[in-house]
Amino acid sequence: MPELYEELGLSGREYQQIRQIQGAEPTHVELAVYSLMWSEHCGYKHSRPLLKCFPSGGERVLQGPGENAGIVDIGDGLAIAMKIESHNHPSAVEPYQGAATGVGGILRDIFTMGARPICNLNSLRFGEIAPPPGRGRAGTGIADGRGAAHRGAGQADFAQGAADTEHADGTARQRYLFEQVVAGIGGYGNCMGIPTVGGEVYFEEAYQGNCLVNAMTVGVVSHDAIIRSTAAGPGNHVVLIGSKTGRDGIGGASVLASQEFDETLEEKRPSVQVGDPFTEKKLLEACLELLQADRFVALQDLGAAGITSSSSEMAAKGGVGIDIHTDRVPLREPDMAAWEIMISESQERMLAIVEPAHWEGVREVCERWDLDATIVGAVTDGQRLRVYHDGERVADMPALALAEAPTYAVDRERPAHERDEPVELAEYSRPDSSCAGILLDLLGSPNIASRRWIWEQYDHQVQLNTVEGPGGDAAVLRIKRSGGGIAVCTDGNGRHCYLDPYRGGKGAVAEAARNVSCTGAEPIAITNCLNFGNPEKPPIASQFARAIEGMSEACEAFGTPVISGNVSFYNESFGEAIYPTPVVGMLGVMPEFERRAEIRFRGKGDVVFLLGDGAPALDGSEYQKRWFGKVEGRIPDVDLRAELALQEAVRGAIREGIVRSAHDCSDGGLAVALAECCVAGGIGARLDLSRVPGRVSGRQDLTLFGEAPTRVVVSVALEQVERLLSRLQSLGVPSVRLGSVGGEALSLEIGGEELEVSLPALADAYQRGIPSALEESPGSGSIDK
Amino acid sequence: MTAGTVSGTAAAEPGAQAPRRPVNFGIVVFPGSNCEYDAHHALSTFPEAAPHYLWHKDHDLDGADVVVLPGGFSYGDYLRTGAIARFSPIMQEVAAFARAGGPVLGICNGFQILAEAHLVHGALLQNRGLKFICHPQYLKVERNDTPFTRRFEVGQVIQIPVNHNEGNWTAGSESLRKIEEQGLVVFRYCDEYGNVTDGANPNGAVDNVAGIVNETGNVMGMMPHPERVCEAELGGTDGRGVFGSLIDHTLEQ
Repeated sequence: MPELYEELGLSGREYQQIRQIQGAEPTHVELAVYSLMWSEHCGYKHSRPLLKCFPSGGERVLQGPGENAGIVDIGDGLAIAMKIESHNHPSAVEPYQGAATGVGGILRDIFTMGARPICNLNSLRFGEIAPPPGRGRAGTGIADGRGAAHRGAGQADFAQGAADTEHADGTARQRYLFEQVVAGIGGYGNCMGIPTVGGEVYFEEAYQGNCLVNAMTVGVVSHDAIIRSTAAGPGNHVVLIGSKTGRDGIGGASVLASQEFDETLEEKRPSVQVGDPFTEKKLLEACLELLQADRFVALQDLGAAGITSSSSEMAAKGGVGIDIHTDRVPLREPDMAAWEIMISESQERMLAIVEPAHWEGVREVCERWDLDATIVGAVTDGQRLRVYHDGERVADMPALALAEAPTYAVDRERPAHERDEPVELAEYSRPDSSCAGILLDLLGSPNIASRRWIWEQYDHQVQLNTVEGPGGDAAVLRIKRSGGGIAVCTDGNGRHCYLDPYRGGKGAVAEAARNVSCTGAEPIAITNCLNFGNPEKPPIASQFARAIEGMSEACEAFGTPVISGNVSFYNESFGEAIYPTPVVGMLGVMPEFERRAEIRFRGKGDVVFLLGDGAPALDGSEYQKRWFGKVEGRIPDVDLRAELALQEAVRGAIREGIVRSAHDCSDGGLAVALAECCVAGGIGARLDLSRVPGRVSGRQDLTLFGEAPTRVVVSVALEQVERLLSRLQSLGVPSVRLGSVGGEALSLEIGGEELEVSLPALADAYQRGIPSALEESPGSGSIDK
Repeated sequence: MTAGTVSGTAAAEPGAQAPRRPVNFGIVVFPGSNCEYDAHHALSTFPEAAPHYLWHKDHDLDGADVVVLPGGFSYGDYLRTGAIARFSPIMQEVAAFARAGGPVLGICNGFQILAEAHLVHGALLQNRGLKFICHPQYLKVERNDTPFTRRFEVGQVIQIPVNHNEGNWTAGSESLRKIEEQGLVVFRYCDEYGNVTDGANPNGAVDNVAGIVNETGNVMGMMPHPERVCEAELGGTDGRGVFGSLIDHTLEQ
């Protein structure tokens, strides 16, 4: 029979360390507490040393990593608090509640800092929700521009026959997860009155057994209202505010309920936490009201490992001790043991340090909001976390030792699939299909198609700050108190990181910055969520280290420090890891929110330019995946100097009113980017792509659908062309004039070939992509832009 | 099917004459309300309006000329939307105020509360698509003789976003007949040309009802959110017509 410490996930060596620290055999409560605080989730055992590589300082940084959220100055005495966090595993088990409580947790992280949350974003990954074309499911709706039915004939070679049935079953589960996660995110955020303004979602086999649900919240706070989680003042009360404590969330540690602790089966039931956004909304209002009245010494939300982690972290940060009396904690169910109370992950709870003189004020406000507020302990000067139950001391541990789990370095080994060379184009013969057919197929691909089906289920308007909602490169919110604006987005490309974690990590930061720059905002800081497999495996350790290296390099170049973040390891199922997926949440600022750009083409006769001269590649592209069934090769590297110059040029041109639209050219390549500009604007364009850099003779498909970083499509009024060109020249940004906006179709000429697709056909493919994968009709009587 | 006029903005604001006194808007805050700040902000863009908050546990409307029940999820929408909020202490005062002819505007969750309190007819079911929806929506104005719609024209097509999970208004057939006979419907969902069609109906509401008044015309519930379209930078100003009408109405009293 394994030792209890093993069942709790501690190694023999860790157990010996604990014995040494404690100077005795640890009690059960102590062991429970150590096992959680020294878990990978709370202790960052495999990531802490590497995370130090990220640049995290800078003039604007008011709070870097280590707090509930990072904070950056945005001028006018205001600051932005932000963080992104994963809730992958709970979402895989119970998608609605898993996603909902993920949103609830990240919201608390923000208002714990004293900031009022102003928007949510998210980054999602699922397995395929529909088989790719040619693999079964009838009626994928591929049609060419002239309306004739058309199927991708070149794809027969990867039709999978017997695998189809299995695939269909798999996709049904993925559709369920996707729909429920979206509903859960909406259910929580909508109720809270926090607009969900942006995000991203991709569907890949690699996430079939392990979906990713990363939630991000952005809040605004005055400099003088920022509060931290540093406990201070021996004799001060430790106050628990919010929901009662139940057994939810103990499931992960249910092994605790083994021989010694508990004999009954019912007690072992695993459970995912259940979200209560109504209580959280009251908690938000009450906490912000109390913060304004300066009633708190420190504040910390209860997340993973509940009271255990919040109390030990608060004590460790303040160099003080904390006594907790678990028998004073209001319970949802009777007869909970001390260890259960200590580790319960019941949602919507906060731990506050309150001076005795302010206790009455705290109690009054909480009562007005119908919230429990209970003194459950006290700050002490002993630097120890002590737990009492019915007067008996059941645990006594040094707080610092809890907060500093041991760290491990694992040998790294480059994964076998990583290549130094890009693919041989000759091995990818051009499909028989017309380019128009391919374009329509890509536009309807669940990875590219309009995300309207998702964001119409999110309140993206409440609080009246959303001046540019979902559907663009980044969302733009006005800051009412200053007249300025912020732009926010999330970006990550697991496929790219799978092929090259270093380039992919760099590319994620660059793309996020590019998206923000395309609105006219200047990128100033990031938060990140690092989703990887089992870090004890050398190939995963290599991916993790390389991705951090690439991201760090890009963050240095852009001057965007990493101010907060989260690591999620062990994203594996049946031994297969997900694609390494670092997700970047980027914040940009603009002095006046009115001076911004959207992706949509606007005026007939406007001139269209492609900025940047990156050579489009098949490697890691949606075209490669969808039309050749492969993910291989080596993605192009981002030239950071060229990227910086490009983004500066775009931002400047937007602020000076030179360009009328700007759109990042990424997934699906140039043809898809141009189609998106047309669909968003409801106007066509006539363009000649013959001079686009990186042309390969006879391979028009590569120019149209190949992907390269550092490219942006802009449109500009005819009389502004000279100004744009001189600006580009002064910054050394290459450009190609493609043609002009107008008409009812997107017409592309390239090396003697012509492609013309009507606007309705483009819009239809783009809007139907997700609903038809889910077999629903698009939209709900909504107005298309 | 009738065609209406598409308006970019609501009717012009009243001229430069100084208001006699600010119009006192009382915005009721229930636990779980989340559009109270937005209503306050939108009203504060009118120089003639003086918005303030009313706490659900109080028994005092604090001299309000107009009462606004804002959107949100009062009491988490647990049990049934609006079902718990209608029992809030302040609802007694709101009902008395309404009986005395005072204008009461319920937006979204506020509409649901008014329906639960029987201050307007009907009930609001879950959207027929079974999903939360948030998008711009065209509405056809059916009446401009109410305190809420004086600044519109009959037949005018306006754009105000919807944002709800339970906006599917319904009523029994007998009651529906009376409602239509008495012309209690103020806004209907329509397309951009003013055609009241099923395709333009976002939630399955009977007769495309988006907003409705009581028999005396002084209580209105509407699912769309006028406070979200009171500033051009947010993409529209048609919501100004609703609040502006209430201001005109009050100043004339």
